[in-house]
Amino acid sequence: MTSADYEPASLPDLLPLYYRRLFPFSQYYRWLNYGGVQKNYFQHREFSFTLKDDIYVRYQSFNTQNELEKEMQKMNPYKIDVGAVYSHRPNQHNTVKSGTFQALEKELVFDIDMTDYDDVRSCCSAADICPKCWTLMTIAIRILDRALREDFGFRHLLWVYSGRRGVHCWVCDEAARKLSVAARSAIAEYLSLVKGGDETVRKVVLSDPIHPSIRDALKVVEHYFPQYALHDQAVLGLKESVDKVLALVPEDILYDGTDSREPLLKDLHTYFESEKNPEKRWDRLRGCATTKQGTLKKGQHFEKEIMLQYCYPRLDVNVSKGVNHLLKSPFSVHPKTGRISVPIDLRQLDKFDPFDVPTISLICAELDRPRVGEEEEQVPKEKDSDIDAAERRRIRDYKRTSLAKYVKVLDQFLDGVALSNRGELLKKSDLQKDF
Amino acid sequence: MQFPGRQRRLIANPKTELYVHFLQFYGQPPLENISLTEFETFAVDRLKLLKTVENLGVCQVKGSEPYKVKLDKEFSNLNFPNKPDVKEEDKDGPNEYEKRRKDHISHFILRLAYCQTEDLRRWFIQQEVDLFRHRFNRLSPGQKSSFLQHNNLHYETVGLEEKMALSEKLIQSSYAVSGCKVENQDYYKVPFQDALDLVRNRKAYLKAGYVYIPQQDIVITVLNDFRTQLSKALALTARSLPTVLSDERLQPLLSHLSHAYVGQDYSIQKNMGKISLEQIDPLSGKSFPLCMRGLHQALRENHHLRHGGRMQYGLFLKGIGLTLEQALQFWRSEFTKGKVDMDKFDKQYAYSIRHNFGKEGKRTDYTPYSCLKVILSNAPSQGDHHGCPFRHSDAELLKQKLQSYKVSPSGIAQILELVKGMHYQLACQKYFELTHNIEDSGFSLNHPNQYFLESQRVLGGGGKEAKAEPPQRAPDVAAKPPLEPPALAEMAEDLDAYFQDG
Repeated sequence: MTSADYEPASLPDLLPLYYRRLFPFSQYYRWLNYGGVQKNYFQHREFSFTLKDDIYVRYQSFNTQNELEKEMQKMNPYKIDVGAVYSHRPNQHNTVKSGTFQALEKELVFDIDMTDYDDVRSCCSAADICPKCWTLMTIAIRILDRALREDFGFRHLLWVYSGRRGVHCWVCDEAARKLSVAARSAIAEYLSLVKGGDETVRKVVLSDPIHPSIRDALKVVEHYFPQYALHDQAVLGLKESVDKVLALVPEDILYDGTDSREPLLKDLHTYFESEKNPEKRWDRLRGCATTKQGTLKKGQHFEKEIMLQYCYPRLDVNVSKGVNHLLKSPFSVHPKTGRISVPIDLRQLDKFDPFDVPTISLICAELDRPRVGEEEEQVPKEKDSDIDAAERRRIRDYKRTSLAKYVKVLDQFLDGVALSNRGELLKKSDLQKDF
Repeated sequence: MQFPGRQRRLIANPKTELYVHFLQFYGQPPLENISLTEFETFAVDRLKLLKTVENLGVCQVKGSEPYKVKLDKEFSNLNFPNKPDVKEEDKDGPNEYEKRRKDHISHFILRLAYCQTEDLRRWFIQQEVDLFRHRFNRLSPGQKSSFLQHNNLHYETVGLEEKMALSEKLIQSSYAVSGCKVENQDYYKVPFQDALDLVRNRKAYLKAGYVYIPQQDIVITVLNDFRTQLSKALALTARSLPTVLSDERLQPLLSHLSHAYVGQDYSIQKNMGKISLEQIDPLSGKSFPLCMRGLHQALRENHHLRHGGRMQYGLFLKGIGLTLEQALQFWRSEFTKGKVDMDKFDKQYAYSIRHNFGKEGKRTDYTPYSCLKVILSNAPSQGDHHGCPFRHSDAELLKQKLQSYKVSPSGIAQILELVKGMHYQLACQKYFELTHNIEDSGFSLNHPNQYFLESQRVLGGGGKEAKAEPPQRAPDVAAKPPLEPPALAEMAEDLDAYFQDG
């Protein structure tokens, strides 16, 4: 069973099955309800659906998990987006006095898209990805995850594969959900380093002193650089790629053959003419940079800038800024690839393979597999209502498919959130001396 | 940050207690009686100060030497406190105390005038923040600490142990901070939401959601606090404004303040009498801004203009140099072509033209309307032709008008884009550039008569002494305060007349 088995045309048949038997509604509700601490938090959440024939409907909202299920099973959306928590039920926004319907809270989100790296990857372009460039996502996740946790103090981050060419991050801390537009924008700027479009050659400019968060990012980049850039992307291999790198080297290093103070330092350009080995070339380039740093001349961090330009995360500030911005929901299907938007387990980050992510056709097919050695689900002894039965069956169902391990990641994430919630409530009740 | 109410204590010298520092957060409103004259004077002076702050901020780098010098001069001219180090004896003397009191009261008056719309609030906050920054930076580090403490701003100081443990990171985060500087200066720990500017630009060390700010950089955080507090206060003020406005003595002044144009008023007619009536038609096509061109055209077509149009256009014509006699002739000849006969004109219209020139009633020589006034006040209704076409005309109609004036389609598109973004004066500037065939107008438009003078300058025409008035944003704007003291009384009288007229 490979993803090649997926065809967009089969979606109308697969989606009903997916929403009826596989979509993890109870975990999903558990997430967005946030422990029921804030009244109407789930009820005031906006969802948007993209239906067949590209019909797009906004301001969907639901009172209960059951309502959400029924609606999704009825509409069979091709895509689901999650928006903000509003001041009123979004599906009643037209009845609200103009100006009072407002987006109040939302997770802090980040969207890393592979197409933003097209100028620095030689293997693919546009919507394509491959194992060679996927490392960029790994690097991005490592750098951003560290910064968000250590610098900003956030603890509940859900990283999700978008289904085609990127990753999303949902920062779910209470403090994060309450951030203003200005704060979100400031955080996104703090995390941004690569600036400029097609007209800009040198997209990373470092000045002294180099901020601790950039130093930390450099450590990550340096770890992956030899394999990713020198080997997989061959940035110092093909002439075209080499030229692009050399365009980022200051002129005087490139052509300074006349510096009598550095007789051993042949200019880089000449060196590259004789030495073809990429690792040696890179070492030489770094050597030049180290020497130059001693002189405190301008452009002294060029080798770091090159590494960062090729590897540092590129995020879309606009996605992160808006409180009301809608973002693709976890466990939504990607209509073009059929892949499910699954959470990524950071403990296994280096092993994550986007091509191994199950497609909707795969997991639907797995449902029909004969049950072999399947664990019996602990049947709750409560009343045997229809809902419970369907729920139980669904739990058994997804566990039989490749989706299981990803739902588990979500479960563990939610356990973490719940734990800290409990901690907060305890602290609060302690403070109020409310025993 | 907390701004607790100040306790009313009985002290030997209440004056000293109230204004300990030469700047303040304006947490408490003034609680005394003042005369109406003081009310007006203080308000107008502060407005001038803020306008200077705005102008200097545009043509100088904030915080540079020329900026500081010019701003301080304006402080002195207008009697606002500008010296943190006033000698002990002097501090209690009437002068310094008076200045600080004026600063206090005038701020709160302007809050009333500038709380009403988003635009006004934004402008007011921006200038007050710049003002605060300028003054705060004049304090020595010791004075800064004292000021912050006095205002109960207890940014959490970082303990020595923690500081030394993080010392390497702290050095790596701020420019011009060395190891010994870390040891010797205080570091503050502030939640990152309260120091967004430092976060955004990676100008400070960030750990577990806290920004570590060296004392030398604390001003940014303080400014953020100031800005947030002021913003909230203005919102509250707006809510209680209707009560304030019900006081008839205050309403006209406050209303005028927020529309006030404190600067070039074009009432000094260097070109008086240099325009002949025959020139008006060709001039209207070449050198009049769109609003006046439209008014002129409407007048010619209908042989009439309603009151709003007569005021706006009439004062403009006075500003470009028409004498009273010329004005009377101009309006009479046009009106009598319509439904008005000579008699009726003399009875109904001549009087008000003479009034405009200060020859009747209170004898105030009215000043031509600035762009701000045209845009903000007295919106036109059906049958009116006054106002600002970029603001008040429907986009479609504006487009047609521009097309009839032979503006290029791409030019029209650019103008409409600016209008969509509510940049009406920029749209007019673009109109200027397109009709004069130049790339960059070279001035910042805020008055129709300025448009006229600039146009004449570009076209090389005008009278013998057609030296255009220096544009509002020229560097030497602070050299000569635009409104001399006598004009102050004029403005106050303007008020009554304005109120009467409206």
